[in-house]
Amino acid sequence: MTRICFTDSCLRDGSHTVRHRFTAEQVRTIAAGLDAGGVSVIEVSHGDGLGGSSFNYGFSAVPERDLIAAAVDSAPDATIAALLLPGIGTVRDLHVASELGVGMVRIATHCTEADIAAQHIHVGRDLGLEVVGFLMMSHMVHPGPLADQAVLMESYGAQTVYVVDSAGALVPDTVRQRVLALREALEPGTHVGFHAHDNLGAAVANTLAAIDEGATCVDGSLGGLGAGAGNLATEAFAAVAERSGIETGLDVLSLTSSAEATLELLGVRPGRTRDSLLLGYAGVYSSFLLHTDRVARRFGLDPADVLIELGHRRVVGGQEDMIVDVAAELAAARIGAESG
Amino acid sequence: MTGRDPRPVRCAIIGTGNIGSDLMEKVLRSDRLELCAVVGIDPESDGLARARAHGIPASHEGLDWLLARPELPAIAFEATSAAVHAAGAPRLEDAGIAAVDLTPAAVGAPVVPSVNLDDHLDTPNINMITCAGQATVPIVAAIASVADVRYAEIVATIASRSAGPGTRANIDEFTETTAQALIDVGGATMGKAIIVLNPADPPILMRDTVYAALPDGSDLDAVSDAIERQVDEVSQFVPGYRLKQEVLFVEGTFDTPGGPAETCCTVLLEVTGAGDYLPTYAGNLDIMTAAALRVGERLAEHLAASGATR
Repeated sequence: MTRICFTDSCLRDGSHTVRHRFTAEQVRTIAAGLDAGGVSVIEVSHGDGLGGSSFNYGFSAVPERDLIAAAVDSAPDATIAALLLPGIGTVRDLHVASELGVGMVRIATHCTEADIAAQHIHVGRDLGLEVVGFLMMSHMVHPGPLADQAVLMESYGAQTVYVVDSAGALVPDTVRQRVLALREALEPGTHVGFHAHDNLGAAVANTLAAIDEGATCVDGSLGGLGAGAGNLATEAFAAVAERSGIETGLDVLSLTSSAEATLELLGVRPGRTRDSLLLGYAGVYSSFLLHTDRVARRFGLDPADVLIELGHRRVVGGQEDMIVDVAAELAAARIGAESG
Repeated sequence: MTGRDPRPVRCAIIGTGNIGSDLMEKVLRSDRLELCAVVGIDPESDGLARARAHGIPASHEGLDWLLARPELPAIAFEATSAAVHAAGAPRLEDAGIAAVDLTPAAVGAPVVPSVNLDDHLDTPNINMITCAGQATVPIVAAIASVADVRYAEIVATIASRSAGPGTRANIDEFTETTAQALIDVGGATMGKAIIVLNPADPPILMRDTVYAALPDGSDLDAVSDAIERQVDEVSQFVPGYRLKQEVLFVEGTFDTPGGPAETCCTVLLEVTGAGDYLPTYAGNLDIMTAAALRVGERLAEHLAASGATR
């Protein structure tokens, strides 16, 4: 079996968990631990990618270029990657990241909108970066149309295309169908990747299913840090892979200690809750969780009602402003019902 | 409108995609503008066929054909792409044609009709910024008229089906041009723009959210009033433009790029299109073409008054 290229996203997806408050010192410690644990790629960016610092997604405590520089500095062996969502970040951000020493860029679009990434994928390749296409909210389309979008990304120059389960809404069967569709549609030299969220508690099973269907790149996050219930825990995957005979280059014991140290350093314990389960069940973008919790409290609502309504409206990643809109509407409807 | 001779001013539309086609429907209804030519590059385009069906001279041979016409228009609406307009703008100017640019090329002066149109009636090239700019800059300008806006941020969400290939290929230009206009026209110290495409079916209406960072002690009642007045003004020419919710003020500590702020003013907007070319979900097209029409008509009045009509 091919060796799996493993990307740890705790310094990007995990940015949601800490509300984008990472410091350069924390990044140094965590990146050094990941590097020592045999992680091939370490992703560092605002949770919503380069340029994500905003009212809509939360302001970064430290400019992400400082965090990227800290990671590049602390991880001699791993490649540092950055995420970019066209519409939020721009080609200008790619140039900055490249100058800071990033070796890979992951260009993410909603699973039906690959063509807005053409510009950014081309520039990434021109800068000599390894380029990954990232099809978010992959549960929202059928395997065939998803594979068509993957082929578009490949045609722009993406060397790997990911099935991204942003809402943690996929289960092993639906992962298999999507990974298989991409594997069949893409050139043999193009890698297929899978990015899990553990909202339904299926991250490990989903990732194993993806590998079984030919995914050769997978994502996880140290300590499971990440939006919603978190990502596939890197250290858990390292152990499961070893027991399954999947070659990853990950060092289980080194990563378990790093994970523990990281959770202590940050003072967080990601895990499944009622609301993170509802994200997966309703098919809502995982990073909506903490925003919804805050907004629902402000309007005196149950976050569960807001999440379920957001799912009904088929809101996509990036539409965090819809949380306020939906909450305001639900609050107004409730007042109307009480006074009527 | 003046009571003087309303003889319409000659204009042309360059570009026959979604925007050009939607604008054509509006220009054809105008009594201030006479559509004398429509040009594109695709001989098969629906826009050219529609123009011919209306009896308007039309060609797929682009700007070359237009500039070789025996009688040139006074105003050209550019609805191609940023790159095409960047190349064509000097040729229009040399020919003495006032350009109303609906691409995000940002060659000319950025204009939002309800904010700064009268400052730019003599500029050879007027840039309509972006649809998101037309929807959000008026709000930022309204807030900035009564408060110190250190940082303004906007999120525009449009239906995937209403984002044509031009918008998709130009997405960086779109966000950068919009962000710059929040500063240059809106009056914010710093600006950021985000665009999101939503493929839901049936398609969603265009939505825009404006966030403005306000310092302690801002007069929030005055801010709300200014926003509501501005929404009324824009809805005069974009009837589907409305506040989705009451203006919200959230207290907190925000480390914005314009410095720390204590209040985030949140304005949720929705734009229902007039349904001229694409259906009503395409409020993004409608606000752009309605604003461009407003500019074209005002330019026509101005040209007529200064006797410069061709």
